[in-house]
Amino acid sequence: MSAMVEVRNVVKTYERGKQKVPVLNGLSLSIDKGDFVALMGPSGSGKTTLLNLIGGLDQPTSGEISVADTRIDQLSSGALANWRAANVGFVFQFYNLMPVLTAQKNVELPLLLTNLSAAQRRQNAEVALKLVGLADRAGHKPKELSGGQEQRVAIARAIVSDPQILVCDEPTGDLDRKTADEILTLLQQLNKDFGKTIVMVTHDPKAAEYATHTLHLDKGSLAEQAAA
Amino acid sequence: MKYLSFIWATLWRKKTRAAFTILSLICAFMLFGLLQAIGTFFTAGADFVGASRLIVQSRVSFTDSLPVRLMPQIERVPGVKAVSHDQWFGGIYGENTQAIAFASDPVRLRKVYPEWVMTDAEWEAFANTRTGAIVGRKLADQYGWKLGDKLPLKSNIFPQKDGSMAWTFDIVGIFDGKDENWQNQTTSLYINWNYFDEANQFGPGTAGVFAVELEDVNQADEVAAAIDQLFLNSPDETKTQSEKDFNKGFFAQIGDIGLIVRLILIAVFFTIIILTGNTMAQAVRERIPEMAVLKTLGFSNGTVTMMVVVEAVLLCLIGGLLGMLFATLAIKGLGQAAPGFFSAVRADGMLWVQAIGLMLALALAVGLPPALRAGRLKIVDALAAR
Repeated sequence: MSAMVEVRNVVKTYERGKQKVPVLNGLSLSIDKGDFVALMGPSGSGKTTLLNLIGGLDQPTSGEISVADTRIDQLSSGALANWRAANVGFVFQFYNLMPVLTAQKNVELPLLLTNLSAAQRRQNAEVALKLVGLADRAGHKPKELSGGQEQRVAIARAIVSDPQILVCDEPTGDLDRKTADEILTLLQQLNKDFGKTIVMVTHDPKAAEYATHTLHLDKGSLAEQAAA
Repeated sequence: MKYLSFIWATLWRKKTRAAFTILSLICAFMLFGLLQAIGTFFTAGADFVGASRLIVQSRVSFTDSLPVRLMPQIERVPGVKAVSHDQWFGGIYGENTQAIAFASDPVRLRKVYPEWVMTDAEWEAFANTRTGAIVGRKLADQYGWKLGDKLPLKSNIFPQKDGSMAWTFDIVGIFDGKDENWQNQTTSLYINWNYFDEANQFGPGTAGVFAVELEDVNQADEVAAAIDQLFLNSPDETKTQSEKDFNKGFFAQIGDIGLIVRLILIAVFFTIIILTGNTMAQAVRERIPEMAVLKTLGFSNGTVTMMVVVEAVLLCLIGGLLGMLFATLAIKGLGQAAPGFFSAVRADGMLWVQAIGLMLALALAVGLPPALRAGRLKIVDALAAR
């Protein structure tokens, strides 16, 4: 199986004022296409930083990152934005939906960056909402939805442009156990049925059980690798 | 255009705040429309008044009348085609309605002011009726005056020889303007100077100003200088200027209207920049995580910047256009309520162009700083609320 994500000798150092804070120390890893990987580790271990680098939200201080056959560490800011729009779907812990838009319009948002017509955008958003089981809530605004429903809308938004990889930052961190299990089952379904590669940061060992692989980070380095 | 519905929804994120900001913009642009229209009217004089006429007044003030006996001397100045004389009558109609009334010689008025259009019969009636008066079309329409009506006027300046301030005239003509501009000026009336001079208790044989029709407009400066030279060091020194300058000077008595208007507008827009700028900055500050999400989804820095600028443009256009609409309606209303003065004040196309230019400039001034800030946001920092 070919790799979806290749990380080689990546160093990431943040500058906080005059102080340099090293977060990733020459980290290397590979994630295959169609894999569902859970990234675990204590706070400050570099999980979210690694996720941001894989999702193209940030650039490494040094090292190489290839995702979906593109060296994203070499892309300019504009090219990286285009690449994200075409290749990555994001799911956040606090959903990050636009409060002024309905669920339908939130899901359509990434499609504004495509050449699809308004009718096609509407249709694609309807399909995505149906897939996450929220077709009947399309006209509701985020504040009219429960946490689990908001996260489903966020997942619909992440998959509406049919990206190759989903990047999820503690997607169940704000949900109760039952709802969390529903969301994780949905992610698992997207992985198994639609072949989406998923990289998920989590503190929750139960959530990690839904992944096919778990990677443990500690102090900016890969600690161990476990297969589910 | 595909972003418009999202930008529109964002604009109304805080409905009360957006409504109050728009309300303040409406007030600002309504003031702009009203003041600018009135200011232009005052400072421009009447632009359509040609330079073919000079106005001769007393060097001291136009309230200091000149003897009519100077007229033959003025007529002999080379370059002078015709001369008429006007005395401000200051008539009050009804309870307290100020009429713009002048005492003028009918024959001379017709020669010097060909812009006033009436039938020959009406001009002749005006010349041959001692108590005759001619009224402008707009004024006649406003009060429903017709030919043959008696026109009672009270003068607050000139009593009759019996001491009465009440005068009665016969309407013998209703004049129109030669074109739209002059038609808008048909808010005044003329009474026969000969009758006025005979019946008037004081200042016989005087006029407030002489209107001089030129043979060649290019000689205006020379003729004006020659007339003033003629009466230099006499008891009746004169000041001669173009009709347009005279009109501007008349309004300048009230004050430097243009400067007053500019100062008020500067104060208004300084306040509105601070107010709207603060609203925009706050609106963007509140949405920093949302901007970061947009960028995460693939919106470029330029697109995010553009969206904030468009939001500011929408805000300023909604408030500004509504404000200008209300100003235009108010100007129309004033014109109908007081046609004698406000009928010439108009919110024309140029005023709208200026206003729209100002709306866009205001939008850039208040929208660009937060827009650039939004464009420069680092996704990771913004998502982490750092």
